[in-house]
Amino acid sequence: MFTKQEKTFQVVSHIVLAILAINALLPMVLLFMSSITDDTTLIKEGYKFFPKKFSLYAYEYVFKTGPRVPRAYMISVILTISGVILSLVITTPMAYALSKKYVLGRGFMNFYVFFTMLFNGGLVPTYMNYTNVIGIKNTFFALLLPGLVTNGMYIMLMKSYFVTSIPDEIMEAARIDGASEFKVFRTIAIPLAKPIITTIGLFSGIGYWNDWQNGYVYLTKRDDLYSIQNLLNRMVQNIQFLSANSQNVANSDIGLASIPTVSIRMSMAVLGILPMLIAYPFAQKAFVKGITLGGVKG
Amino acid sequence: MASTIQTAPYVKKGKLGKRFVKSIPFYIMALPAAVYLFINNYMPLPGLVLAFKDFKANKGIYGSDWYGFKNFKYLFATGEAFTITRNTLLYNFAFIIINTILAIFVAILLSEMRSKFKSVYQSMILLPYMISMVIVSYLVFAFLSTENGFLNNTVLKFFGKKPIPWYSEKKYWPFILVIVSCWKVIGYNCIIYLSSILGIDRTYYEAAAIDGAGKIKQITSITLPLLKPTIIMMTLLAIGRIFYSDFGLFYQVPQNQGALYPVTNTIDTYVYRGLIQNGKPALSAAAGLYQSFVGFVLILTANLVVRKIDADSALF
Repeated sequence: MFTKQEKTFQVVSHIVLAILAINALLPMVLLFMSSITDDTTLIKEGYKFFPKKFSLYAYEYVFKTGPRVPRAYMISVILTISGVILSLVITTPMAYALSKKYVLGRGFMNFYVFFTMLFNGGLVPTYMNYTNVIGIKNTFFALLLPGLVTNGMYIMLMKSYFVTSIPDEIMEAARIDGASEFKVFRTIAIPLAKPIITTIGLFSGIGYWNDWQNGYVYLTKRDDLYSIQNLLNRMVQNIQFLSANSQNVANSDIGLASIPTVSIRMSMAVLGILPMLIAYPFAQKAFVKGITLGGVKG
Repeated sequence: MASTIQTAPYVKKGKLGKRFVKSIPFYIMALPAAVYLFINNYMPLPGLVLAFKDFKANKGIYGSDWYGFKNFKYLFATGEAFTITRNTLLYNFAFIIINTILAIFVAILLSEMRSKFKSVYQSMILLPYMISMVIVSYLVFAFLSTENGFLNNTVLKFFGKKPIPWYSEKKYWPFILVIVSCWKVIGYNCIIYLSSILGIDRTYYEAAAIDGAGKIKQITSITLPLLKPTIIMMTLLAIGRIFYSDFGLFYQVPQNQGALYPVTNTIDTYVYRGLIQNGKPALSAAAGLYQSFVGFVLILTANLVVRKIDADSALF
């Protein structure tokens, strides 16, 4: 009797999950199809899943407009790589130190890190500090520094991994052999902590690739430092501006007609998503593992 | 077990000097992060006095005159505090309820799936979580754009309806934002519940099956009850963060349209706009301090409750 119910259940599950999965992808399909649609067709018919006329002109245009896009790509790549490395370099040793119960003053150190997760000044004091005191406004560091360890959360996640998965006894033998704490850390702790290091690196990498807020807040004069997300963000505003004055544009300026105004933003967005889509199959497993590790406490 | 770790054999407790010397390498390891957190998290804190100042740019934060609670008074008297608090709370309640129910639903379906498609579904549903809010705003625009959007040009046309100027009609946005949030985070939340379901002992299900319980019965009488602690924890932690909102969702997705502010302005967007667009940093700081303070109290309370229920799930 219940085998029949089991079968129905499986079929219904497949249908529901397939619908949800397709729903997750549909907007991206629409984005992609729009980006390869001929611009005049778009203006006439709007964004469509099955456009009548295709064109790669928007992509051509994006790369012909000059070094903006390749440059933003480069900034995004450099930012992501340096952000991941720097955040691991400062997170890992701190997490390791916090995991050692015999360190004098550990309670204070724990509190020092943990308090940042409970209370923070918010945007205004942080902005004032980075702008007036540290002075990184309109520099590359404005993209890099504010998101480095996301309020101590990465440190706490990694610390709990050290505590639960790498007991101190493992390192005892090396210490007896006379290895320094730094050597123990480098040769024993780090290799054993690879899963959590990968996970934190991945989270931080996704964070840096997707971040637009720091550039939006701090890069007021240096649009040459824009990451791909900042460029995309700026284009929202510019095209809003264009469409707000669309009558003037249509009537007077013929030169502007050659800008594929409607498809260009979609092609830019596709370029922004693309690296993520390429990395996703490889990163997915570690990502899922990371969510289950830190999820409940995230 | 715990006590053997606490007093690692080579350092006996009580010898403070020796313990200190042994601790030095760890202090050095902790230093970079300590310096960073000092700069990023502690140095800004004195700046919170800005909330109590009559800010004049030429005088700076500390040089400006004291203003007492006037910034807060203004915030609450004009009703701005009410609007942004209401929006932040209502959206968060909606997100907590809808996203939790859907995530559990999807997690249960995935956990019962006996097919290689399981991981395909899971990857596809998780994908939106990896996409930046700027790009999400583009995706939403492709559907909602008044002139070129898919809804106006294809769906509404098909039903013979007039186009809707989505970006200036505020009544639709509560639904749009809930849908977008759900679309983006469901995969993430569902993985947390899924991992909790996979931790349930399979023998319960086998025993139930032998007793003749069907799938639905198994879910309602085994999976859901055993999932309860996770649901409670997740919900409490979300309540602890109920004063905070996803700035990108409320700023980027509605494309910062003024007509939509009454339903899209949250504490986070208000603080941002006051600081960057409207040049009212003192009011912003007041709203930010209000958020930090209430948020702090809520997190402490939520954690206290969590610790009462299950000490292992507590943050501290």
